Amino acid sequence: MGSRRKETREVREVRSLSEVSGERSGIGGDQGGQASTVPEASTLGMKIEGLSAYYGSFKAVTDVSMEIRPNKVTALIGPSGCGKSTFIRCLNRMHEVIPNARTEGEVLLGDQDIYAKGTDPVTIRRRIGMVFQKPNPFSKSIYENVAWGARINGYKGDMDELVERSLKRAALWDEVKDKLKKSGFDLSGGQQQRLVIARTLAVEPEVILMDEPASALDPVSTQKIEDTMQDLKERYTVVIVTHNMQQAARISDYTGFFYIENMGDPGRLWEFDETTKIFSSPSRKETEDYVTGRFG
Amino acid sequence: MAVDAEHTQSSEAGLWHRDSRSRHFRERAVKIVLAACAYASVLTTFGIVFVLIFETMAFFREVSIVEFFTSTRWAASFANPSFGIIVLAAGTLLTTAIAIAVALPVGLLAAIFLSEYASPRLRRWLKPALEILAGVPTIVYGYFALTFVTPLLRATIFPEMAIFNALSAGLVMGVMIIPTIASVSEDAIYAVPRSLREGAYALGATKRETATRVVVPAALSGIVAATILGISRAIGETMIVAVAAGNLAQLTANPLQPVQTMTAFIVQVASGDTATGTTVYNTIFAVGSTLFVMTLILNIISYMFVRRFREAY
Ligand SMILES: Nc1ncnc2c1ncn2[C@@H]1O[C@H](COP(=O)(O)OP(=O)(O)OP(=O)(O)O)[C@@H](O)[C@H]1O
Ligand SMILES: [Mg+2]
Repeated sequence: MGSRRKETREVREVRSLSEVSGERSGIGGDQGGQASTVPEASTLGMKIEGLSAYYGSFKAVTDVSMEIRPNKVTALIGPSGCGKSTFIRCLNRMHEVIPNARTEGEVLLGDQDIYAKGTDPVTIRRRIGMVFQKPNPFSKSIYENVAWGARINGYKGDMDELVERSLKRAALWDEVKDKLKKSGFDLSGGQQQRLVIARTLAVEPEVILMDEPASALDPVSTQKIEDTMQDLKERYTVVIVTHNMQQAARISDYTGFFYIENMGDPGRLWEFDETTKIFSSPSRKETEDYVTGRFG
Repeated sequence: MAVDAEHTQSSEAGLWHRDSRSRHFRERAVKIVLAACAYASVLTTFGIVFVLIFETMAFFREVSIVEFFTSTRWAASFANPSFGIIVLAAGTLLTTAIAIAVALPVGLLAAIFLSEYASPRLRRWLKPALEILAGVPTIVYGYFALTFVTPLLRATIFPEMAIFNALSAGLVMGVMIIPTIASVSEDAIYAVPRSLREGAYALGATKRETATRVVVPAALSGIVAATILGISRAIGETMIVAVAAGNLAQLTANPLQPVQTMTAFIVQVASGDTATGTTVYNTIFAVGSTLFVMTLILNIISYMFVRRFREAY
C-alpha cells in the first residue's frame, strides 16, 4: 500500500512540474479521452458492495452496490431525501461522525476495505476528500485554510508551493494571490467553495467526494467549479451529488440514480450506468421520468 | 392593516370589529411602561456614576492626584496618611492574576470537554451543575480559603505562608470564576457550526486537532469575552479577599504575604466607624472610581474584541 502511495505522489510531482512549465491541458476537453494521458494505475477507483446506512434504527439507504471508476466523474442524482448525501458520506467514513449512525456492507478503495477492522477513519478521510454543500472555510487566513490540512498530515515539502499549486488547480489562484493573508471569510460564496476545494486538493487525496458543491452558488461560480471538475478528473476520481440534471449530464461520465419507491422505505440505487445512457435511454421508467423532469 | 381590509370586504364583515382607538392607547401604554423600565436602569447607573464623580472630586480637593497615582504607600487612616492607589491596585492585580491563572486553563479545558467530548446526556446535567457552582455565595468561598486552603498549603508546600495571604484568596477566587469562564466559553465553542468540524474531519484531522485547532480558534472572540468577564469578576470580588487575603496594604509581589485589594479596602472603611465627610471616608469613592474605570475599560476592550473578531463561520 505504502509503496503505491509513494508512486502516486511521484507521478503527481512530475505532472505538476510539467504544469508549472506551462503545458496545461485545456478546460473541458472531450470526456474519456483524457484517460490516455494519465497512467491508469496512478488513481484508485472505489467499489461498493451491499452498503446500507442507518441513523439509529432508521435505515436511510439500503443495499447499494456500484463501482466508481478511477479518473472519471461519477454523478449521483435523485429526489430529495433519497439518501444521496447519506451514501456519499459513507464513502469516506464521515457518516459515523453523526451520533448513532452506522453502516453495513463493504466499501473498497482500490482493494482495501475502508471499513475493515483496525482501519483508522482519519487516514481514510485524508485519502478520500470531501467538499460539502455549504462552503465551510476555517476561521483562518486563505493561506492557512489551504495549508492546514497538509500541515496536520505531516507535509514536509515546500508549503508555499503546495498552497499555490492547490489554489491554481481549484481555479482560485488569480483571484486571491494578492491577499493570501486575508481571512477565508472575506471571499464570496463561490470563491469560498473553491477555497474549500483547494484545501481538499492540498492533502493530495485519491478520491474527491462533492455533495452539491454548487447548489448555493451563482451561475458564474458554478461554471468555474464545473470547469475545475473537468481538470480534477485528470488526477483524481470524483464523485458528485447534484440536483442539476444539466450539470450531471455536462460533467459526469457515470450517473447513479437514487430513488425511494414507497414512502418510508430506505433509498436505493435505482439505476447506474454511463451518463449518456442514463440521459438518453435509461432502462427504468422512474429514471426516465426523473431525468426528463417529470417529477422530483 | 392588509388583513383588516380583507376581512371588511368579506361577507362576514359584521363579525370583525376591533376598537382601534383603545388598541392604540394600549399599545402606547405598553411602550411607555417598557421605556420607563429601560430608562430607570440607565438613570440609576448615571446616578451612581454622578455620586462617584462628585465624592471623588471632594477627595481630590484634599489629596493631590499626583500622590494618588504615584505614591507607593497606602496608609489611609494613619496619623500621617498616604494615599498610593498603586498599593491597592497591586493587591487586586496579584489576586486577580492568580485567579485567572487557575480559572482560564481549567475553565477552557472544561468547556472543550463539555462541548466536544462529553456525551449529550453528560453535558445535559454537567453544565447546569457547573453553573450552580457560580451561585455559591462568595463568603462561603472566603471561609473555604481561610479555614481549608491556607492550612492545607501551610501544612504541605508553603510552611512559611502567612495566615492571611494573596495565594489562597487568589486560588479560591479562581475556583469561583471557573464556572463563568467554562460556561460562557462553552456556549461559544458549542455554537461553532458542525460543518466546520466536518470540514476538518474530511481533511483527515483527528478529534483533538479538530477541537483545538479549528473549533477553539473559531470560538476565540467568545472565549476572550469569557476571560474578560472572569477578570472583571475577579477585580470586583470582595468577600473572598476581605476574609482571606489579610487587609494589609503593602506593596508586594509575594503571594504568600497578606495584601489588601481595592474592594477589600472599601469594605473595611465602609463597615468600620469612619465618620462621613472625612478624608478617609471620601477615599472609598476615589478607590471606587478607579475600580469603576478599570472595569469599564475591560468591558470596552471585550466589546471591541467581540465586534472585531465576530465569528463569521
Ligand atoms: N442526521 C440525521 N439524522 C437522522 N436522519 C437523517 C439525518 N440526515 C439525514 N437523515 C434522513 O436520511 C434520509 C436521507 O437523507 P439524505 O440527506 O441522505 O438525503 P438526500 O438524498 O441527500 O436529500 P437532498 O437531496 O435533499 O440533500 C432522509 O430521510 C433524512 O431525513
Ligand atoms: Mg443531500
